[in-house]
Order: sequence, then structure tokens, then C-alpha cells
Amino acid sequence: MKVLPTDPAARAAVRQGVSVSVATGLYGISFGALSVAAGVGLGPTMALSLLMFSGGSQFALVGVIGAAGTPVAAIATATLLGLRNTLYGAVVSPLLQVRGWRRLAAAQVTIDESTAVAVAQPDHATSRIGFWVTGIGVYVLWNAFVLLGALAGDALGDPRAWGLDAAAAAAFLALVWPRLAPRRAQLVAGLAVVATTALIPFVPPGIPVLAAAAVAIVVGLVAPAAPTSVAPQADGAPSAVPGDAFADDVPADEASTDSPENETDREPAR
Amino acid sequence: MTTAALWTTVLVASLACFALKLGGHLVPRSWLASERVSRVTTLVTVALLVSLVVVQGFADGRTLVVDARVPALAVAALALALRAPFILVVVLAAATAAGLRALGWG
Repeated sequence: MKVLPTDPAARAAVRQGVSVSVATGLYGISFGALSVAAGVGLGPTMALSLLMFSGGSQFALVGVIGAAGTPVAAIATATLLGLRNTLYGAVVSPLLQVRGWRRLAAAQVTIDESTAVAVAQPDHATSRIGFWVTGIGVYVLWNAFVLLGALAGDALGDPRAWGLDAAAAAAFLALVWPRLAPRRAQLVAGLAVVATTALIPFVPPGIPVLAAAAVAIVVGLVAPAAPTSVAPQADGAPSAVPGDAFADDVPADEASTDSPENETDREPAR
Repeated sequence: MTTAALWTTVLVASLACFALKLGGHLVPRSWLASERVSRVTTLVTVALLVSLVVVQGFADGRTLVVDARVPALAVAALALALRAPFILVVVLAAATAAGLRALGWG
């Protein structure tokens, strides 16, 4: 553990990034095996993983090809699913503050996992650590395990048997957990659950996440800047600390660094 | 699909996906500086993460399913409520799902 930074928040960001990278990277085995089984071949499979590097888009493109779809359909599906990465890029770019080739590298590793870990950190410095550790970690491990899966196929077994799908879900839950104290965040979380659950059966994977984001944008735009009346606490909601009702009206990084309640709230989680 | 068509599909789609990622990074900073935009991005973050929990925890392709991931998420939520560290939450969830599947459920 001596290679880790000494700052506890930075260490936590590194640990989160590494755990998410391992859980996600191992999933590359499934993609490699599936892609070769769909007739895509080793070369194009690795090109997809290295160049496209967005799990949802990769699975979708291979799925369309495996179902004998047209190139246009395959490209359109993969592109549509990659649309949420534009939103992620806009969210993480102010945190990263990079230019030149580093911006190109940052864009390439802008995915669900790197964005999720970056935005869950208490300040810009740890967000950057979280983003790069997760982005590079997933990139390296995902591509390594795609290669392994493409070469070895099903011999390695199903990642679900190891509970890795549940691990990924739990990682996202752990990342959002500290952000659910403000009442407005709870409202948006509830709406996101409803929107996602309602859409999963009817639209391609990837779109429900975009729809949930759209709901949040609408709530953020129509909600008053500073709520003057406070609604009753919802049943089962975490008991709010003083000032929490307004915590969603400051930027995420300030909400976590400026509020002592928030700090004490988060610290034991590490 | 011919080899040439396959490679073209792979490369064009990869380029499109990279352009989408880069496009987000090139959104002018001034657009993102206002108080309203920061409020929206805070809420978008919550919505994205919650949506990813639902997709990763309950979706199997386009089907909603209740399998070993659901008790695993419940264990994770309990661990979070007890202030368990991140890595422990993730490991407990994986162990719960793996254990239940080893027993033949989910």
C-alpha cells in the first residue's frame, strides 16, 4: 500500500478506481468470447475494444453483426449508445482541466465507470485521481480480458458466477450513497428509478440512463434556486443534518468540502 | 458481412463513439459555469448513478429480472448504512451473488 498517496481522500479515490476497474475489466472476458462467437474475429474484436472502448456500444455492435444486421444498423446502434459519453465528457471536463493530447486521452477513457468515480469525489483533485485511475485501469484490464476471452472463450467461465455483475451494481450504489442526503437528490433518485425501470423493456440498453439524466436536467431547470419552504421528510429517508436541505444548491465539490456535516458523514465510509 | 465491410463498420463506429466523447469535453467552459448548470450537473450525477444501479442490478438485456443481484444489492445497502468501506461493500455484494448462485439460485 506504500504506492498510494498519503491523503485519505486521494487514497479512497484510488481504491475505488481500482475496485471498479477490476470488476469491470473482468467483464471483458464476456465481450471477447461473445464477439468471436458472433463471427467478428480476433482483429476486429480487439480494434473495437481498443478504439471504441465503450462496453454498451461494443456489445450492441457485435449483437447487430451476430444477428446479420447491416453495417449502417450496427454503426447507428453503437453510436446511439455512445451518446451518453458526450454528457459524461461535459460533466468531467471541468473537473479535469486538461488540454492537448491529454484531453484526447481523457475523452477516450470517458465511460460510465470513470465518470461515476470522478463525480463521487469530494473535490477536483481527488476527482482527477479517481477519473484517471478508473479510466486507465478499466482500459488496461478491459482490453487484456477481452483478448483473453477472445482467445479462450467460455473456458474461463461466466463472470456472473463470481458475482461480478452484482459487484458493479454495488459499486454504483456506494458511489451515489453519500449524495442522497439532500431532499432534491432523493426526488431525482426516485424519478431516475421509475424512468429507468419503465424504459428498460422498450428501448436499447444505454437509453434508460440517458432518459434518467434528462429527467434530472428538467428537475434542475424548473426547481427554484433556493427552496424557501421545506417539505416534510420522506419516510425511510436518511435523517438530514442541519443545512442539508440546501446542500443540493451548491456545486457537488463545494457541497462536500465546505460542509463539515458532509465530511464527517463521508469519512467513516472510507 | 465481408471482411472489408466488417472492418469499415468497426472503424466508422469507433470513430463516431470517440467523436461523441470528445464533443462532451469540448463544450465551452463558460456554458458550464453558471449556478443553474452546476445545480443541474449535481442532479444529473445522482440520476446517472441511480440509473446505472438499476440497469446493472435488475436488467438482463431488455428484461427486468430479480436474481442474485437483488439480495446482493440489499447486503450492499445494509453495509453502506453501517458505514462499511467501499471495497468491503463491493466484495460483500459479489460474495452474496456468487454464494447464492453456487447454491443454485439467481
